[in-house]
Amino acid sequence: MSPLLEVKNLSVRFGGLLAIEDLSFEVREGEVLSLIGPNGAGKTTAFNAITGYLAPASGEILWRGTRRLNGLKTHQIAAQGLVRTFQKTSVFGGRSALDNILIGLHLRGRQTPLAILLRLPYVAREERELETEAGRILQFVGLGKRKSELASGLPYGEQRLLEVAIALAAKPQLLLLDEPVSGMNPSETASFMAKLAEIRALGITVLLVEHDMKMVMGVSDRVVCLSQGRIIADGTPAEIQRDPEVIRAYLGERYKHVVR
Amino acid sequence: MDQLLQHGLNALMLGGTYALLGIGLTLIFGIMKVVNFTHGELYAFGAYMMYALVMLTGVNFFVALPLAIALGVLLGAALELLLLRRLRGADIDTTMLVMIGAWIALQAAEQLAWTGVAKSINNPFPAAPLVVGAVSVAWNRVFVLVVALALIGLTYGLINHTKLGRAMRATFQDRETAALMGVQIGTIHTATFALGSGLAAAAGALLGPVFVAYPSMGDLAAAKAFAIVILGGMGSIPGATIGGFILALVEELGAGYISSGYRDAMGFALIIVILLFRPTGLFARKERIG
Amino acid sequence: MKAALTTAWLVVLGTLPLWLDNPYFLHVIIVAGIFIIAAMSLNLLLGYAGQLSLGHVAFFGIGAYASALTSLGFKVTIFPQWVLTVEANPVWLAMLMGMVAAGLCGWFIGRIAFKVRGAYFVIVSISFAEVVRLIAVNWVELTQGPMALNNIPPLALGDLVFWKKPENYWLVLAVAVVAYILVRRLVHSRAGRAMVALAENEPLATSVGIDVTRYLVLATVVSAAMAGAAGALYAHYVRIVDPDVFLFIYTVTMVIMVVTGGKGTLAGPIVGGLIFGLLPEGLRALAFAPETQWIVYGVLMVLVVYFLPQGIVPALRRIRA
Repeated sequence: MSPLLEVKNLSVRFGGLLAIEDLSFEVREGEVLSLIGPNGAGKTTAFNAITGYLAPASGEILWRGTRRLNGLKTHQIAAQGLVRTFQKTSVFGGRSALDNILIGLHLRGRQTPLAILLRLPYVAREERELETEAGRILQFVGLGKRKSELASGLPYGEQRLLEVAIALAAKPQLLLLDEPVSGMNPSETASFMAKLAEIRALGITVLLVEHDMKMVMGVSDRVVCLSQGRIIADGTPAEIQRDPEVIRAYLGERYKHVVR
Repeated sequence: MDQLLQHGLNALMLGGTYALLGIGLTLIFGIMKVVNFTHGELYAFGAYMMYALVMLTGVNFFVALPLAIALGVLLGAALELLLLRRLRGADIDTTMLVMIGAWIALQAAEQLAWTGVAKSINNPFPAAPLVVGAVSVAWNRVFVLVVALALIGLTYGLINHTKLGRAMRATFQDRETAALMGVQIGTIHTATFALGSGLAAAAGALLGPVFVAYPSMGDLAAAKAFAIVILGGMGSIPGATIGGFILALVEELGAGYISSGYRDAMGFALIIVILLFRPTGLFARKERIG
Repeated sequence: MKAALTTAWLVVLGTLPLWLDNPYFLHVIIVAGIFIIAAMSLNLLLGYAGQLSLGHVAFFGIGAYASALTSLGFKVTIFPQWVLTVEANPVWLAMLMGMVAAGLCGWFIGRIAFKVRGAYFVIVSISFAEVVRLIAVNWVELTQGPMALNNIPPLALGDLVFWKKPENYWLVLAVAVVAYILVRRLVHSRAGRAMVALAENEPLATSVGIDVTRYLVLATVVSAAMAGAAGALYAHYVRIVDPDVFLFIYTVTMVIMVVTGGKGTLAGPIVGGLIFGLLPEGLRALAFAPETQWIVYGVLMVLVVYFLPQGIVPALRRIRA
């Protein structure tokens, strides 16, 4: 069975520099794969390239073995089933939480502009269904009570949850989370880890970029470590923890002796 | 061939003033990120000040010119302090709307002050043109070109060789770092707007005596200034200079060989065509995400 | 409560010509109504889809000219060998053509809007309107240039011709109500949500599958067609159309109406349209020079942007809350 996502020899130029060089890895269906690495290693750049926000200089991104993703526009990639979140909290601040999810449900709607203008009966029906579904998704992430509140008025941790909820609404097969727990306190992080398990139980594959090592080791099936635009290690969390290259990348040459 | 040369010469003279307009706007656009809708009105203001000084108060032409420019600088500074200061950090819509409001009010005030009748301004140059071979060149236009080039040179000097200029360049490149380095952003904004407005007023003060002054003359000038900024890229002074001359050349050749009625449309058509193929202008640096 | 208020408004508006005898005032209100329709269309583009389009008068004018020319019939030489002749057509068909022509231009602008962003798009939109104006001035064979198209047939529905003001008023009112309803339906739907999402946070919107080009084009086409309808109404009501209909100052008027009324609200353009549609007459009645009108506009706009940055309607809502 071919992997869900295959990144082959990906190179990305950003700001004149080669931010990612010859990157190759795969994501298998049903797993949680984490991308780690020191700041500037190219993790978010890889996300941007995979989801169409940056054009690769060379290489290929294959979806389900056959579909080439590089060259597609971001919304087309989302329609394929890859949905991402952003490093900096990204919600529709001026709209209510419910509206945010309704926007996320965009691909699930079928209303055409003409049908909307003519107020065909199925439009109202679809709106009702979408609203019910949106309420359900808010409940799932624990924001049910925040339905009518303005997204920009929510506390930080809840905004991050809303972000994930919006992504879930788009019915992803592969969910790409960019530092989802950054800025969260330990209890919020722990509850997010539990939520991640629930998301996984829904059959969604997860590709995660994270700095919080406890979370990475706790949720991941496999870990890929980047440094300066290249992969330096690829394996289970236990293997990665002991890998000398990884330790050197994070702590520098002087701490090589820390490896047990 | 002679016709071509004649057109080329006319373009040269027009291009100098166009470049002044363009440089002024690109500075404001580039450093302050403001869509300056009042730029055309400063142009008209320069022309009307020449009228007021030379025709109404009898000031000597060569004294009136720097005076008119200085008044333009002052008006620019006043506009920045009164209107734009309070809008620091507001989104582009809000600033744009305030500038449109100011533009309407300024033009209406000009109409009220000077009435709609076009005003001509006397110049002290001999009426008979200078004839060189098959081409003829009016003296007043030569003067315009010389002064325009001088002002362009002065602006270059200001931007590249003075402390103020260095601060302006720093603000253009990276506002936050510049502020951290001790640059007073507020002062830079006022200085930039004043300088840009002064250049527009200079263009008006130079061209007013060549043509006539009328209240809506600023609109066309503003449109051309925008075209030049797009041609040359936001914030690029060399781009605006070259853009000014290119626009003048395109206008002259278009008017001469295609149709003079569509002369003013040349600039607009140029804008649309360029932005269709190079959405960031001819000389701007590329960096797009998404 | 809300339904009662709306019904009351509709009754007042519907019976207006019956108790407002003065034909001059009725004329002012009719023109204001036409501008309100145009303002509502601009609100869709500027207020909801977040596009800084300052060339809106181009759609208005193209609607006016296309409708006038279709109803008058015209003859124009495209190439030396090919002369295009169009016979006179009934007014309802002409107005439809006006909307189609404007909508087509909207499609063109919508596609450009995607490629060209922010301040540059503002400039492109202004330039577009200016180019159209200059074409109207110079292509005399088609448009009569500054000599204007006149004797345009009046508004009519089939055999019913509207010679009197009250009938014109009711037609404009009907079109305005239909326009309002259409905008409301669009805005409160999946398509409307997509537009607003793009305006508010485009990367996030595309990450959930919203196609930027598709919805920008939709917003511009609907907005342009509606403005074209307003232009067509104008052409057949005033019955003279000249290139001045493309002046930038009219775009500015529409922008002022939308922004001071409250962009992104349904009632905003109506409130703004009433204020700025009726203000000039008020000033004229007080015997001020026409230039003063523009100074007042400009100052008012600056003041509203400073003190009520979101417009009058949201401010009123806040007071009520």
